Amino acid sequence: MSHAHDNASHGTVKSYVIGFALSVILTAIPFWMVMGGGFTKQATMIGIFAFAVVQIIVHLKYFLHLNFTQEGKLNTFSFLFTALIIVMLVGLSVWIISTADALMMR
Amino acid sequence: MSTYVDHAHNAHDDHEHHDSGSQTVLGFWFYLMTDCILFATAFAGYAVLYRNIANGVSGKEIFDLPYVMVETAALLLSSITYGFAMIAGHKGNKTAVLGWLAVTFACGAAFIGLEINEFHHLISEGHGPQVSAFLSAFFGLVGLHGLHVTAGLIWMTVMMIEVAKTGLTGRAMTRLNCLSLFWHFLDIVWICVFTVVYLKGAM
Repeated sequence: MSHAHDNASHGTVKSYVIGFALSVILTAIPFWMVMGGGFTKQATMIGIFAFAVVQIIVHLKYFLHLNFTQEGKLNTFSFLFTALIIVMLVGLSVWIISTADALMMR
Repeated sequence: MSTYVDHAHNAHDDHEHHDSGSQTVLGFWFYLMTDCILFATAFAGYAVLYRNIANGVSGKEIFDLPYVMVETAALLLSSITYGFAMIAGHKGNKTAVLGWLAVTFACGAAFIGLEINEFHHLISEGHGPQVSAFLSAFFGLVGLHGLHVTAGLIWMTVMMIEVAKTGLTGRAMTRLNCLSLFWHFLDIVWICVFTVVYLKGAM
């Protein structure tokens, strides 16, 4: 197995440090937004969720090494499928229960 | 293990992995995907119940963001140190692997210690999981993550003993690879926890 191949699938010191630095920034900003950023509630809400999504992508790329190569795409597509299921599971649960809640309160 | 050139020649073997180890790691990845669904159900439960505080406390009154920031730092630090353990493992440096695993274990144990302290504090103040649907969902979701991290710490201890006794065998590396996925996966779940539970709750 060539060394270059090794690095691509397992990461290097550099890739871990980049991932770590990005994660620190992407964690610090949403905490700052909530703890004293002085943004409107809606802007803070959008901000913290957007930074969470970006940080998850950073972790998937730099720590879990998901990619679209021949070897890695099975992992990546199984994750994307799971992500779809999670969005449906959480989104539809909240939608159904909050609608039922609203109807019961009437 | 076949050489890279051999592998390229066997075009029809494309779906075959280098060794059974990478298939084990792929299988473990599929398990983690099902674990994602488990966490998703806990998050869905929390999202549905978090408003029902039953005259008890709300998140805004009990969440201490600087404290959560320290927990987050401990877990994030443990992610990069585990990465360094894996890099040392691929280089065959047994001592460095054991050293980095020990550092990772310390960070993970610090995280669990902080979480237990937080739970103990909440329960002793009378904000236990029996008070409201919000607190039940909170303890359930955060506790589920904490249990996973605890399982990871036990696994890490076992791996340190295995590596110390038998060295960096192919079997040990496959297991370290699986634990690597598990550990980084838990950090991703924690991103969702601090965003959905703590940051949103403290707003």
